[in-house]
Amino acid sequence: MEVYVDVKNLSFYRADRAIYKDITLQIPKGKITAVMGPSGVGKTTLLRLIGGQIAPHSGSVTVAGLDMSRASRKELFDARRKMGMLFQSGALFSDMSVFENVALPLQEHTEFDDVMIRDIVLMKLQSVGLRGAAHLMPAELSGGMARRAALARAIALDPDLVMYDEPFAGQDPISKGVLVELIKRLNHAANITSVLVSHDVEDSLSIADHVCLLSDGRVILSGTADEIRQSKDPRVVQFLQGHADGPVGFHYPAQDYDKQLLGMN
Amino acid sequence: MKTLYSAIYRHIETVGQAGVFLFQAICRLPVRYDEALKLYFRQIYSVGVLSLIIIIVSGAFIGMVLALQGYSILTRYGSESAVGQLLSLTLLRELGPVVTGLLFAGRAGSALTAEIGLMKTTEQLSSYEMMGIDPLRRVVAPRFLAGVTCMPILAVIFSAVGIWAGMLVSVHWLGVYEGSFWSSMQQSVYFDTDVMNGVIKSLVFAVAVVWIAVYQGYICQPTSEGIGRATTRTVVLGSLAILGLDFLLTAAMFGDF
Amino acid sequence: MKDAKANLLVGLFMLLGLAAFIYLAMQVSGLAFDEKSDGYTIQAHFDDIGGLTDRAKVTIAGVTVGQVQSIEYDKEFFMAKVTMSIDSTVDNIPTDSSLAILTSGLIGEKYLGISIGAEEDVLKDGDEIYDTQSALVLENLIGQFLMSAGGE
Repeated sequence: MEVYVDVKNLSFYRADRAIYKDITLQIPKGKITAVMGPSGVGKTTLLRLIGGQIAPHSGSVTVAGLDMSRASRKELFDARRKMGMLFQSGALFSDMSVFENVALPLQEHTEFDDVMIRDIVLMKLQSVGLRGAAHLMPAELSGGMARRAALARAIALDPDLVMYDEPFAGQDPISKGVLVELIKRLNHAANITSVLVSHDVEDSLSIADHVCLLSDGRVILSGTADEIRQSKDPRVVQFLQGHADGPVGFHYPAQDYDKQLLGMN
Repeated sequence: MKTLYSAIYRHIETVGQAGVFLFQAICRLPVRYDEALKLYFRQIYSVGVLSLIIIIVSGAFIGMVLALQGYSILTRYGSESAVGQLLSLTLLRELGPVVTGLLFAGRAGSALTAEIGLMKTTEQLSSYEMMGIDPLRRVVAPRFLAGVTCMPILAVIFSAVGIWAGMLVSVHWLGVYEGSFWSSMQQSVYFDTDVMNGVIKSLVFAVAVVWIAVYQGYICQPTSEGIGRATTRTVVLGSLAILGLDFLLTAAMFGDF
Repeated sequence: MKDAKANLLVGLFMLLGLAAFIYLAMQVSGLAFDEKSDGYTIQAHFDDIGGLTDRAKVTIAGVTVGQVQSIEYDKEFFMAKVTMSIDSTVDNIPTDSSLAILTSGLIGEKYLGISIGAEEDVLKDGDEIYDTQSALVLENLIGQFLMSAGGE
């Protein structure tokens, strides 16, 4: 197994709260890796760490052999040309049409002429099924279409790594199905390494080759989808089954209930 | 005492960060100049052209009010022909740059903060970064430069409209003799000290207001309340900065008498 | 299409700014590029100019015929030396004309008024008007009035 992203002993704090405590995980090349965990566990933060937008407080993130936290600005920007990221909100540039959105990375980072860029953009839009929507503004798109357009933009430069931040959140079953299909197809067709951050159990497990389960700032399990399903770890079981109470308590930590009701401190 | 020190320390730190921010935004050269120019002109449209109506209307009303007030006071001394002098000096030296600055902070400054804040909230700024495109260069620099270009233009238009409207009121309504209206004005207004100092003032105000606006947008909390707070801060801080700077500049320009 | 319209408006905006600037320069501050090209200069000495400034107008019978170019202190005579330019069309001012500093209104602008003399020779470039009447300084007038009232 060839490792594309290597996270070693990484710790990250936000205002004294530990988001990650000394985690280590590997993302294999050419596979779909799903990083799952309850909301607020810092899954998006992990993607930002991989993209080098924020630096860890200790430990290292290595992407394709480059230590992101020690890279110079230029190295970082060069490395990012080989990465695509699909943000949760799509993050299409609201002052440009869908076509201009997809064309922007090509205009910025390649020497292609306008005709060539136009062809590439139309090909990318065709692959997400939005060629007919090229002239629309982002505000005119539905949520699912915006995410597909953003995906076309993320793969415009034919990246080696695509990161998906909660691609299924808030999508209706049809657009969810479309996205699952697209992610799978991209991965197989172009051999792209995919990292998928999600708390959507079934859809993620259905396409992931490799799964990391995060909880409370640590990796609690890492393996194939089947290994996750068969795990007996109560934390894993609770997450997969969605039990209200379990290792992750239903109650926010509080003082004794009876005592508080009776007014005794 | 300790909290006071740490508060002062924090403020100095903020100013320092804002300075570095501005420096980086301006000094990172664009990759493609035709593209940069296009972005710049687009911003001149949204910062300057869209502020034009409010500037013209306010300029006209302020000019007319000044003419009325000036006339009613000067007529007691039989010097109503000096209304042109009063009108032009007040507008060129003070009201032109200052009122334009305040309106600009309210109209364009708040819009800039909200726009950049919204880009941050919807992850568009992160998106630029992940695409290997510097958002300071792509988003902040054209907005800053366009704002600094537009404000002196708007201030000059404001003064010209104000003087023209004041002329209409005093000459055609109040009956001041047109010849002495212009000659008293031309005799007391100097191009280099009055017209140019007004332009310099508005340029300084522009740098302050637009700097505050883009910085507040860039550092705002990425939530809807965060954007609201940042917008308010832009208008408050921008207006205070204009009034404070105006005192300093006036003292430096006209204070030696 | 949308960009083209925006560009047009940006262009108009900048032209409007330029027009406003030229308006302020020419009409409001009276900056003229060919200011001193036509006309001739004459001089006069005053005991007291009392607030006369550069670019004050020079009038004959209330009509503006020129403007003050410079005012300086003449060390030799202990007087103020005023240089003014007169329109070249007004080329028949007699040499014995007199010059007075006048005020429009009670606190209005100061300007110069030429009263025409009877001589046949006319003033030429660089000539001087010797008959001058200084500005009426309000404090001096009040002072004189009090003195004369006290004397009676």
